[in-house]
Amino acid sequence: MRYVVRKVALFLATLWAAITLNFILPRLMPGSPVDAALAKLASSGQPITNAERRAVEIQLGVPHTSLITQYWDYWTSIVHLNFGTSYSFPSETVAQTIGKAAPWTLALVGVTTIVAFIIGTLLGVYAGWRRGKATDTWVTLGATFFAAFPPFWLGLLLLYVFAFKYGWFPIKGGYDPGETPNLSLSFLSSAAYHSVIPALTLAITSLSGWVFGMRNNMINTLGEDYVTFAEANGLRTRTVALLYAARNALLPNVTAFGLSLGAVVGGSVLVEGVFSYPGLGNLLYIAVVNHDFPLMQALFLVISVAMLVTIFIVDLLYVRLDPRVRQ
Amino acid sequence: MSVLSPVPPPQVPGSEVEVRVVPTGPMPGPLRFLVRALLTLWSNRKARIGLLILSLDILVAVFAPLIAPHSPTATTFAPYQNPSATNWFGTTGNGQDVFSQMVYGARISLLVGITAGAAATLVAVTIGLIAGYRPGVIDEVLSFATNLALVIPGLPLMFILAAYLQSRSVWTIVLVVAFTSWATGARVIRSQASTLRTREFVTSAVFSGEGLFRVVFHEILPNMTSLVAASFFGAATAAVMAEASLEFLGLGDPNTVSWGTILYYAQQQNSLLTGQWVLVFAPGLAIALLAVSFTLINFGVDALSNPRLREK
Repeated sequence: MRYVVRKVALFLATLWAAITLNFILPRLMPGSPVDAALAKLASSGQPITNAERRAVEIQLGVPHTSLITQYWDYWTSIVHLNFGTSYSFPSETVAQTIGKAAPWTLALVGVTTIVAFIIGTLLGVYAGWRRGKATDTWVTLGATFFAAFPPFWLGLLLLYVFAFKYGWFPIKGGYDPGETPNLSLSFLSSAAYHSVIPALTLAITSLSGWVFGMRNNMINTLGEDYVTFAEANGLRTRTVALLYAARNALLPNVTAFGLSLGAVVGGSVLVEGVFSYPGLGNLLYIAVVNHDFPLMQALFLVISVAMLVTIFIVDLLYVRLDPRVRQ
Repeated sequence: MSVLSPVPPPQVPGSEVEVRVVPTGPMPGPLRFLVRALLTLWSNRKARIGLLILSLDILVAVFAPLIAPHSPTATTFAPYQNPSATNWFGTTGNGQDVFSQMVYGARISLLVGITAGAAATLVAVTIGLIAGYRPGVIDEVLSFATNLALVIPGLPLMFILAAYLQSRSVWTIVLVVAFTSWATGARVIRSQASTLRTREFVTSAVFSGEGLFRVVFHEILPNMTSLVAASFFGAATAAVMAEASLEFLGLGDPNTVSWGTILYYAQQQNSLLTGQWVLVFAPGLAIALLAVSFTLINFGVDALSNPRLREK
């Protein structure tokens, strides 16, 4: 119970800090969005008057109040999911834009993470068990190499080979332009078909974290006495490797889940951008390229909070997995 | 990187008996230390491959003017050319020689990787050491900051920081990477510092009247050299990848010649669709190889600090 209370308190504190960071960062930065907008205006040869400056400030929502009032307003607008208007999608609110994109990223990142976790963990168990043998060397070197690929670059290459050269998969988008997003079979299969290459890209580049983590844990666990004892008992090799060693080696890897998720979410920004996949990553890509600060700030908030919540849930599930932390 | 085990086993001072004794000539201390560390790494097979790739990159960067057949910025060639005898990797849409750009690009990638890695390590060492040596409120606050930096998605944070900081230069990238990549190292260094703090040699140093600065940096720090090195190579790997991502997004300086900007222009000019896949393939592979070399060297460093991971 104490573990859970501590975790909840820590989660709330982290959540507060992350949301506050999102408030502080833009205010710490040299030069304001207003200056940037005015610089754009000025470069078109228009003289800047004070009235115009004031107009831009109001348009961009730059307040002339104290920081504390701003902070209070910031929290109020977050609670009401009011993130202002984005410059890139002026016809809808930022919350609507994000709401439409979120399911895509959730599906893509979720499926990718699960696939990478299963394959990576199994490879790691195998490499750790066959430590020092040829398989271990190949798995380790292969994972090192794949991890070093910038995800967007691997995405570009796969796109070139499988979509452009051979035409096996679509070049861009999340679904067939003829479809409208709904839950019909034809739409879902179109969406799945479009997500194959982006998912493959993310899975390949995020595999290595699981492989290395699991391999190192296996090596540490295999040094334990109870594993030697199980071997001495004459248990089958597979039983010892999977049921005795791997089960315990898995525990530290579960706590690494949050960090791996961060890597996938980060990688997905540029990968979605490369594939014009209609998710949050692509939105962030658009926001950064267009200096769309309201959209950017809201997206960072949503991504951070989503990650914190996921890690929190994993932490709570960990209590079920490892009885030692319950005391 | 999760290459490191989260909590390293306590390292007994003087356990590095494996370290080969190098003939100690008239070399100054730091240099002798460096040579010894390099020789130790060299004895690890994976680290040796990494050191070879890294030295190749350094050689290319240093001797770029001798290796590159053309100027990397001169727009004197026909644009969009495929690889030929004069332009080994073809030319860009602006008529620049891609091979020469690749050679000069090594300079920026190495510069960013090494300086950003060093800056992130400096932050990690400072925060980790203070948190580990000062239990209580200071540790709680610093550990909270470290955990916060660990769970906040790094790459999105980098993009946003770089977008807010409207200056487009290599140093912006170094700053942003240093700000976002220190946490992993700080956590490992903190846990090591907190186990070392209770050792007798630290206690006796405190009783002999040594100040805080001297105890932390002269007594504790030398016992975790391998962790500091691991933190550096981890951050350097992250820095190389982050630089490529930021420049690909157009958040870098478009006038510098680097592997990331080659990728940026290749994407802007739709090189893949016009069949110029070399413009995408070559810089990405170079980035991947540099990152691999850092990771491989880190395997060697890891094996030094965790004897169980050592190759038999």
